[in-house]
Amino acid sequence: MIRYLSTRLWHSAITLALASVVIFIGIRQLPGDPAIAMAGEEASPEQLDAIRSKLGLDQPLPVQYFSFIGRLLQGDLGKSTRTGTPVTDLLAGTLPVTLWLAAYAIVVAVVAGVLLGVVAERYRGRWPEWISNGFALIGLSVPSFWLGLLAILYLAVNLGWFPASGYVDVGTNPVRGLYYLTLPALILGTGLAAVILRQTRASMIETMSTDYVRTARAKGLGGGRILFRYGLRNSLIVVVTIVGLQLGGLISGAVVTERIFALPGFGKLTLDSVFTRDYPVIQAVVLVITVGYILINLAVDILYSVINPRIRVGSN
Amino acid sequence: MAVTDIRPAAPGATSLGSDRGRIWKSLRRNPLGLAGGILLALVVLVALLAPLLAPYDPAQVHFATPFQKPGTVGFLLGTDDLGRDIFSRLVFGIRSSLEVGVLAVLLSVLIGTPLGLLAGYWKWLDAIISRLNDVTLAFPFLIIAVGLVAISGPSLGNAAVAIGIAHIPAMIRIIRGETLRIKESDFVIGARTMDASGGRIIFQHILPNTASSLIVQATVIMPAAVIGEAVLSFLGLGIQPPAPSLGIMLSDAQQYLFRSPTAAIVPGLGIAAICLAFNLFGDALRDAMDPAATSRKK
Repeated sequence: MIRYLSTRLWHSAITLALASVVIFIGIRQLPGDPAIAMAGEEASPEQLDAIRSKLGLDQPLPVQYFSFIGRLLQGDLGKSTRTGTPVTDLLAGTLPVTLWLAAYAIVVAVVAGVLLGVVAERYRGRWPEWISNGFALIGLSVPSFWLGLLAILYLAVNLGWFPASGYVDVGTNPVRGLYYLTLPALILGTGLAAVILRQTRASMIETMSTDYVRTARAKGLGGGRILFRYGLRNSLIVVVTIVGLQLGGLISGAVVTERIFALPGFGKLTLDSVFTRDYPVIQAVVLVITVGYILINLAVDILYSVINPRIRVGSN
Repeated sequence: MAVTDIRPAAPGATSLGSDRGRIWKSLRRNPLGLAGGILLALVVLVALLAPLLAPYDPAQVHFATPFQKPGTVGFLLGTDDLGRDIFSRLVFGIRSSLEVGVLAVLLSVLIGTPLGLLAGYWKWLDAIISRLNDVTLAFPFLIIAVGLVAISGPSLGNAAVAIGIAHIPAMIRIIRGETLRIKESDFVIGARTMDASGGRIIFQHILPNTASSLIVQATVIMPAAVIGEAVLSFLGLGIQPPAPSLGIMLSDAQQYLFRSPTAAIVPGLGIAAICLAFNLFGDALRDAMDPAATSRKK
């Protein structure tokens, strides 16, 4: 186990280091000279040189890279060129919105996906399986943001069950906050639910036809006990893996969902920064998502090895 | 000379040949897969024949007739806020979606396949390629797109590149896994004992046998790319107006959602039809290519 963990940590560290180099080089590919952006088009070459040396842009690239990392480690992400607000403040204001949305969507997806997956396995060849399969196919084929538009049109406006847009902080007012997030979370969770459903169903079918389940049945264990003790326990591994694998999709989905429901989250910050060419913010957004993504994947892998002992032994 | 006779029996040709027969048989017996195949053929035809099918230029505005209802004479599916013909935009939008999809598949196949073969065949390369893979995986698809747009502006090409890059790691893993498996089969071991070079083994013996996984993976990437294009264009990071795209149609339609819901419903149905076609056909293909899955079903 310790061996597995240390290899895994080592790999994550290498990935983080390489990703930071990619981001660093990427930022230098962005069009526009930061010195000209600061001093204006009419600045003399001497003024530009002065700014460049102040920003450290006249240093060799490796030196620039390490000072970039140094500032990062101190939590200094710079200021928005558009509003002058420190980027860390912008992140603190928008990240919670997106995290609540994503967490809510994951809960919705796991509950719906596992439930429908179990139903599909238990009622094989009968109508509940067809409904479940139909849901999976639609969830995978229909873009969630289109569902979002339809949901606003029919569930929010025509039926008036949910607010069509707006956000209430979940921390200060949990009930209202979650109510406002329900429709966005349902929409964001649909695709994930479909993937979880399919995998749960496949894993349940496989587990339920194993010898040890047959033995359990033969010795008189009830259907419910077998379902929970053997079927669902094995599906849990699958669910954790899927959620880990789908995180990237969830991030992209959150950006779109925020756009449709006008949520003031991280996705909005991302899009605004790209459209206004606010480079410090773009850089911070990319960094936060990348680092967060690597760390969450590491957490998923560790969790995975806790649930499934076979992984620890046969790593690689 | 008799040397050819003792060659390890038929690496690619005959095994693939008999496979093809079995796959075709299994596909024909799968009604959902067949429906997917027909839908797929339809979608591809629409994309190829778009200029013939569309009654108008998709960007042509008719200021006199905005918000026409579906079924209006001259406008099969009605018109949008600028009086543009929704049917013509749908047809050309499907064409753009497939263009992005094909480009993304090509990119991930052209980069993923060689890297997967190398990683699977030579162990020392595996470590390097796997680390690079981890780095690519660290960037979610939307972030790659954001980066590309920040560097060189939004376009159809950049959307395809972002989607393609995002699918390279999966392609590498699949081809790597296949290579590891095929490497151990008798005909490769046989070829190796006959002193075939690594390159020769990879190209003549392993590559042809990865074809089926490659095709199945392509049917996975296509719908993802079609939705990806729609998402990027919807957000303004993909195809730029006035070029037709299902994503742009949706983002336009969102602004007058209550006045004209059809303008939002039509492009969504278009996306769903393309994805459904690929998903159904891809599932059937996967079942057909995996004999274990077919026999389990019986």
